[in-house]
Amino acid sequence: MQRRVLAGKLTGERLVAVFLCGCLLFNYPVLALFDRGDYLFGIPLLYVYVFAAWAGLIGVMAWFIERPRA
Amino acid sequence: MLNGPIIVAASLLYLGLLFAVAWWGDKRADQGRSIIASPTIYALSMAVYCTTWTFYGSVGRAAVSGIGFLPIYLGPTLVMALGWFLLLKMIRTAKANRITSIADFISSRYGKSHLLGGLVTVIAVVGVVPYIALQLKAVSGSVSLLLNYPQVVMPSRSATLPVFADMGFYIALILAAFTIVFGTRHLDATERHEGMVAAIALESGVKLLAFLAVGLFVTYGIYDGFADIFQRIAADDHLRQLTNANPSGQGYTGWFSLTLLAGMAILVLPRQFQIAVVESVNEAHLKRAAWLFPLYLLLINLFVLPIALGGLLHFSGPGVDADTFVLTLPMARRQEALTLFVFIGGLSAATGMVIVETIALSTMVCNDLVMPLLLRFKGLALKASTDLSRLLLGIRRGAIVVILLLGYLYFRLAGEAYALVAIGLISFSAVAQFAPAMIGGMYWRGGTREGALAGLSAGFLVWGYTLLLPSFAKSGWLAGDFLTQGLFGWRLLQPQQLFGLTGLDEISHCLFWSYFANIGCYVGVSLLRSPTAAEASQATLFVDALKHTRPVGAALWRGQAEVADLLALVGRFLGPQRAEAAFAAYARQHGGAQLEAFDADAELVHFSESLLAGAIGSASARVMVASVAKEEPLSLPEVMNILDEASQLRRYSRDLERKSRELEAATGELKAANERLQELDRVKDDIMSSVTHELRTPLTSIRAFSEILRDDPKMHLADRERFLGLVVSETERLTRLVNQTLDLAKIESGNADWHASEVDLKDLIEQSVAATSQLFHERGARIELDLPAQLPLIRADRDRLIQVMLNLLANAVKFLTPHQGWVRVALRAQPSGLEVSVADNGPGIRPADQQIIFEKFRQVGDTMTDKPAGTGLGLPISRRIVEHFGGRLWVESVQGEGATFRFFLPFAGAGQEAVHASAASL
Repeated sequence: MQRRVLAGKLTGERLVAVFLCGCLLFNYPVLALFDRGDYLFGIPLLYVYVFAAWAGLIGVMAWFIERPRA
Repeated sequence: MLNGPIIVAASLLYLGLLFAVAWWGDKRADQGRSIIASPTIYALSMAVYCTTWTFYGSVGRAAVSGIGFLPIYLGPTLVMALGWFLLLKMIRTAKANRITSIADFISSRYGKSHLLGGLVTVIAVVGVVPYIALQLKAVSGSVSLLLNYPQVVMPSRSATLPVFADMGFYIALILAAFTIVFGTRHLDATERHEGMVAAIALESGVKLLAFLAVGLFVTYGIYDGFADIFQRIAADDHLRQLTNANPSGQGYTGWFSLTLLAGMAILVLPRQFQIAVVESVNEAHLKRAAWLFPLYLLLINLFVLPIALGGLLHFSGPGVDADTFVLTLPMARRQEALTLFVFIGGLSAATGMVIVETIALSTMVCNDLVMPLLLRFKGLALKASTDLSRLLLGIRRGAIVVILLLGYLYFRLAGEAYALVAIGLISFSAVAQFAPAMIGGMYWRGGTREGALAGLSAGFLVWGYTLLLPSFAKSGWLAGDFLTQGLFGWRLLQPQQLFGLTGLDEISHCLFWSYFANIGCYVGVSLLRSPTAAEASQATLFVDALKHTRPVGAALWRGQAEVADLLALVGRFLGPQRAEAAFAAYARQHGGAQLEAFDADAELVHFSESLLAGAIGSASARVMVASVAKEEPLSLPEVMNILDEASQLRRYSRDLERKSRELEAATGELKAANERLQELDRVKDDIMSSVTHELRTPLTSIRAFSEILRDDPKMHLADRERFLGLVVSETERLTRLVNQTLDLAKIESGNADWHASEVDLKDLIEQSVAATSQLFHERGARIELDLPAQLPLIRADRDRLIQVMLNLLANAVKFLTPHQGWVRVALRAQPSGLEVSVADNGPGIRPADQQIIFEKFRQVGDTMTDKPAGTGLGLPISRRIVEHFGGRLWVESVQGEGATFRFFLPFAGAGQEAVHASAASL
């Protein structure tokens, strides 16, 4: 019981970290780093970056939520 | 061939399917077998966020601003990461206080204020009804497009249909019917609509599949994958800009504002509040939805840019509106089935939003606008009337029809006007004004009713001035002068460059100034006075919603009431049967007595009020309960006192918990100690009986021989000497026994004297062997020594170790066959100490006896026939001595092949004696 409560608290803190991390990743100036007109696999780097970061964020959230370990 | 009848039939079929699913969902809910009790369904229903503004509009935005449409979905993703706290708190608060709309949430937080609830409702209606209009426009527009299939003709250029020929009108009517049927079946204290949620989840699935289908078709059917589209775009200097973050000059500020705005919207949009909070089946679903919903958003946006760019490439030139690319691209390629599927997807997006938004708004209009007015102006009539539940349902149904018709009317009047086209973000900005009062109220106790009123009003006014009025002007409904000249010609008051602020896009500009005014007034006015009793008590219910023990609302009510009055009151709004059922359930929960026997205590009053709050809103519920119960208002100090008591109680209960845990631990220790004591007691008894038994044997022989000597004076001298010798040896045995018993008792109680010194074991063994040589000689036994020359010294008690050695040697020799036996004593160095072994070729010891011989007074052998050869204390004492110096004593033996006793002594530093020694030397 105690362990579950602790794990829940930790998951909450991890998710706040994800939130802060996302705020950083999806704003100036990090965004500007990828906004240089470069292409990756023929797709604009910015487009690839935003979607990859987005997917990564969701993946990390899922990982934290579905496998809570204290 | 797509034509009118097919389109109409498909639409009706689809809507019929929605009715069926909703009906099924409600039926299952009534049976208690919910079909929406799953995190996936919950996440899907949350996707009501994605309206036609997403389905058609994202592509339109992307065609102008590249990936500038993404913040609308990144914001919610980020906020969902916080959903663990924010949404959970909202859900807990809403469930605990039976809050059924966002207006009720805010009004309830600030002391159940009618005025505040009304203001929120007005802002929501003004902000959201145009958004409903946009959905109807999208449906109507998509139908007009399809009617010209396969030609791609923009609806604005086709003749405007009369109302009765307009599909949008009928869709609005059908949606009104759907919402009435599944949104207002009965007045429920929780206001949950499972059937509706099931239908919404289905719609979310359909629109996602439709969008993915058209995305795949455009990307891989028309073009050759992502890279191909971007390559073609790169060749065009104008289109190429669209792949930057900053194509239309809105910059990163605009990006940030949109993210913030959308993040707020996901919390405060009435439809999101309805789905995420009010309709929540189980707060645990929030966890998985927290990542499933963002995943949905990601998927539905994956193909937006390819479709937009593909459309721009395909329909080069301004002829085709980018908002229609989702539909016109498959049309232009004559993909009938896909076109129809996309149309249904768009219909899903529109109807889902309209249904949920209308339910949410109708609840707000009924509870926070109409009810307060009825209470105020027709209060007496209302009290006289018996069953008001029908009236309430009537109000809600009326509100639904009015809202939908208003939406349709706005769509017809606005048409292609800018005010409608841009309504998505304008609407977001309006509802975003709720966020400070709402989120502030959940975490800050100091907010007051006036503060919230001032903040909301100021934010709403600034929004109206900087965003809504300019949109009217741009639509040509207002003279546009004030846009450039400022109000009354004051240039500082230019709506979109307020106080000379330039360089921001209009949304960022509005967001900045409206939040500036909103938050400034909310905090500023709140700080003018301390919260009243009502505000403080509500603040506690909201701010402490996630604490495990919190004061219940009942603690904050004092007064008198009658059960019958309360029952009648609740019955009038919920219907008598439902009220009686609810009260009976309450009675069962609180002791099972008859309802009549219950005192109308604070708890029952609170229960009635929350039942009513679910149906008519918390502010009206409070007024109604006050009409039948005599409440003695609590003063602020009293409320603070109660809250303080509550927090003290919490502290006490935590202390109690801690103390009880400590007590439990202490009890455990005591129990163990007690068991140990009982064990020791038993051992003591055993020893007593053994000792007395052991003492009796020699005493008996001494007495017998003494009696013979006394009774037979003529005994031969030789016999006499023999008997006297026996008496002496028995006495010696007795002395030894007593000494050893005392010795063992001393060692065991820790009172023995130990004289530790550096001991040379080789020397010690040789001395012991010399001392026992007489014994060996008598038995005719050989003794072999195997002692290395140089060995480290051991720190131990020399005399005690000699005692051990003597004991082992005596034991060994005792059981040897006369003249054939040998004993081999060996000394070996181990890495951590020295090991001594005493081996003999005697009879050996049975495995079963190898432990027993180390127990007190236990001697191996048949005690009935063999004369005991020792005291039975030698080995136990030896073992304790060796253990005292951190070593071990044990035996290895195979029966019939002799026995080997070994003991091991660690070098100084490993044993406890070493610790004592080093401690003493310090």
